[in-house]
Amino acid sequence: MAVNGAVTWLRRAEEIDGYDLSASDSEEVHVLAVDDSLVDRKVIERLLKITSCKVTAVDSGRRALQFLGLDEEKEANGFDGLKVDLIITDYCMPGMTGYELLKKVKESSAFREIPVVIMSSENVIARIDRCLEEGAEDFIVKPVKLSDVKRIIDYMTTDFREGEERRRGINKRKLRD
Amino acid sequence: MEVGQMQRRLVDYTKTLFMEGFLDAQFLQLQQLQDESNPDFVVEVVSLFFDDSEKLLNDLSMALDQPNVDFKKVDAHVHQLKGSSSSIGAQRVKNACIAFRNFCEEQNIDATLRCLQQVKHEYYLVKNKLETLLRLEQQIVAAGGSIPTIEMGF
Repeated sequence: MAVNGAVTWLRRAEEIDGYDLSASDSEEVHVLAVDDSLVDRKVIERLLKITSCKVTAVDSGRRALQFLGLDEEKEANGFDGLKVDLIITDYCMPGMTGYELLKKVKESSAFREIPVVIMSSENVIARIDRCLEEGAEDFIVKPVKLSDVKRIIDYMTTDFREGEERRRGINKRKLRD
Repeated sequence: MEVGQMQRRLVDYTKTLFMEGFLDAQFLQLQQLQDESNPDFVVEVVSLFFDDSEKLLNDLSMALDQPNVDFKKVDAHVHQLKGSSSSIGAQRVKNACIAFRNFCEEQNIDATLRCLQQVKHEYYLVKNKLETLLRLEQQIVAAGGSIPTIEMGF
């Protein structure tokens, strides 16, 4: 536990030097949250907003796919302005389960790079393994706590910033000198 | 009653709810998510929980009242109620749901009817207590005070 905390702190220190900390629109992590429970959607939305994410919360796997533009039956509704950086989904949902949503995302060439995190109230090793094998980034046991979300977003933000820098070919630390 | 007294009364009341098992640490998580930008967060989530639960309890009553009970459906409703009660920290409701699901698995109609009564009982108890707690908070805020944070060290 202490080790994880130290690593996170180190990343933060590197980010603070020479960085503009005010998140611009393009730098905010946009999370697509999927949960059929209204109570849980409200909580996860707040947890994500408190961790400075943009949130789109939907109530089913089907709607999640529609939002991404992956649903075959409905045409993409032109929401392509808002890129999704992370999908966080409940496992047990009527209709399409979180596992099935995970598979559909990972099977899609357009969206397979988006990290998917699964939430479940059942702490079943077989279920966790199955999700991780299918490409889930992480698995959160419900009820979801602030520390769970912070851990995931911290990890995402570091990965995300480093990825963005590589893509833009800029090393921000050099600019500071 | 002055603000300091009200705050102490709230802290004592909240601690009792924890000691008696009505609420667990998840409720404290929710309180942590409330701030000046979202001053009504807890009230809003708890209200959603009340609406959701009452609908589920109705659905459960109906489902168990059928000549041929569909236990899969019953279990699905209980699973939902277990989930939402767990998310707000309503521990006794959650535990009653866990017991309920076990009897659903056994397809035991008498036991499940008893479980429904038990869940309803726990739900109305926690509803009552949460309403009291939230009312105490409201009074403090109305008197210009701030809601004290509860430390789990007790």
